[in-house]
Amino acid sequence: MERIPILKMGPFLLVTIQVDLYDRLALNLESDLINMVSKTGARGVLIDISAVSIVDSFMGRILGNIATMSRIMDAETVVVGMQPAVAITLVELGLTLQGVHTALDVEKGMELLQEKMGISEHPEQDEEEDQDDSND
Amino acid sequence: MDNTLAKVLQNNKKKILEIWMQNQLSDVSLRDDLISNEELRRQSEELLSGLAHAVANGSTENVHAPEYEQVTEILSDISITRARQGFSPRETGMYVLSLKKAISQVLEENYNTQPDVLYKSLLTLTNLIDSLSMVTFETYIKGREEVILRQTDEINEISTPVIRVWEGILALPIIGTLDSARTQTVMENLLQEIVNTGSSIAILDISGVPAVDSLVAQHLIKTVSATRLMGAECIISGIRAEIAQTIVHLGIDLSNIKTKATLASALHLAFSMRNVEVRNMNKNKGLNLSR
Repeated sequence: MERIPILKMGPFLLVTIQVDLYDRLALNLESDLINMVSKTGARGVLIDISAVSIVDSFMGRILGNIATMSRIMDAETVVVGMQPAVAITLVELGLTLQGVHTALDVEKGMELLQEKMGISEHPEQDEEEDQDDSND
Repeated sequence: MDNTLAKVLQNNKKKILEIWMQNQLSDVSLRDDLISNEELRRQSEELLSGLAHAVANGSTENVHAPEYEQVTEILSDISITRARQGFSPRETGMYVLSLKKAISQVLEENYNTQPDVLYKSLLTLTNLIDSLSMVTFETYIKGREEVILRQTDEINEISTPVIRVWEGILALPIIGTLDSARTQTVMENLLQEIVNTGSSIAILDISGVPAVDSLVAQHLIKTVSATRLMGAECIISGIRAEIAQTIVHLGIDLSNIKTKATLASALHLAFSMRNVEVRNMNKNKGLNLSR
């Protein structure tokens, strides 16, 4: 059966959805992900949906479910790279994914997760880099 | 009977034109500010000869017959031009209907001894001119609609610019009323621009929105939610006192949205969210942009 790979990166789990999700696949992802969280004790889950162009209310609910379940298991969820059309669709469906963190891309999502965890190996250095970036 | 009308039109073209022009010029509603007398005369002459030609060659029953193509074309031209020049529908309609008066006057002079012929040709004339005035109205309204459509398009095009004010900060000034169609465009433009520039903060300035009702607020909340889903923050700025009052009176909850009174303070917030500091150039250190 087709499955979506879940990668472990340090204390985080990384899921990249490269195909359009159908209901069964989404349900599998939900249970796989939660099992993985409990098995590895991950502190954060990062879901990249930049390749997803179609969503429905079911998908929106699955994303919300994953976030809530992860929160109960002490892991934050960040959804990154949502397409404009997908965002508009979710809003029109009334699903604003409260409780789910969002970021523009995987890099910013990782930063956000690290910030949330307070896990920053060189906090001061990071801050300086940020400033340099924004002054460019 | 058609022959009678055709004959009269052919033989008395000059006379009809004179009477018609005289009627038009002496009319109180003549708009010599919009159209010159020569122009009016040229238009009328063209229309009359076209009509005479059409009546001589075709039936008077159907104004959509090929013989009338020329007449309807001239009429359409006239009414579309008049729509653009700003003539009222009444003035445009009266222009065509006043032709009926001129022709019937000539008919009466020629056939006042033959009432039955006069009656029948007058009936034909009335039907004909009525159909023609319908054509005039249709094209007049079409002309006006074109004007309105073009203006709507223009407003839509100019109204939703997304400005990049700083690295990672976008601003979107909204001018005019927000309806669903406009919100859709605004939202699409904004989200697309967020993806293109990788910006993490968007400032929505509503100083130019005349009034905020619950529908407009709903639209704003939607835009903010969609921006949040994309992974960017949205700040609403330019909230005037009246708008704040309306929002509270309507019981709209904006507590989840960052709001600022002016674009300047929103920009300041955006800077501090991105860890950017703006300093004065003079030596007085510590004089930051603090508002």
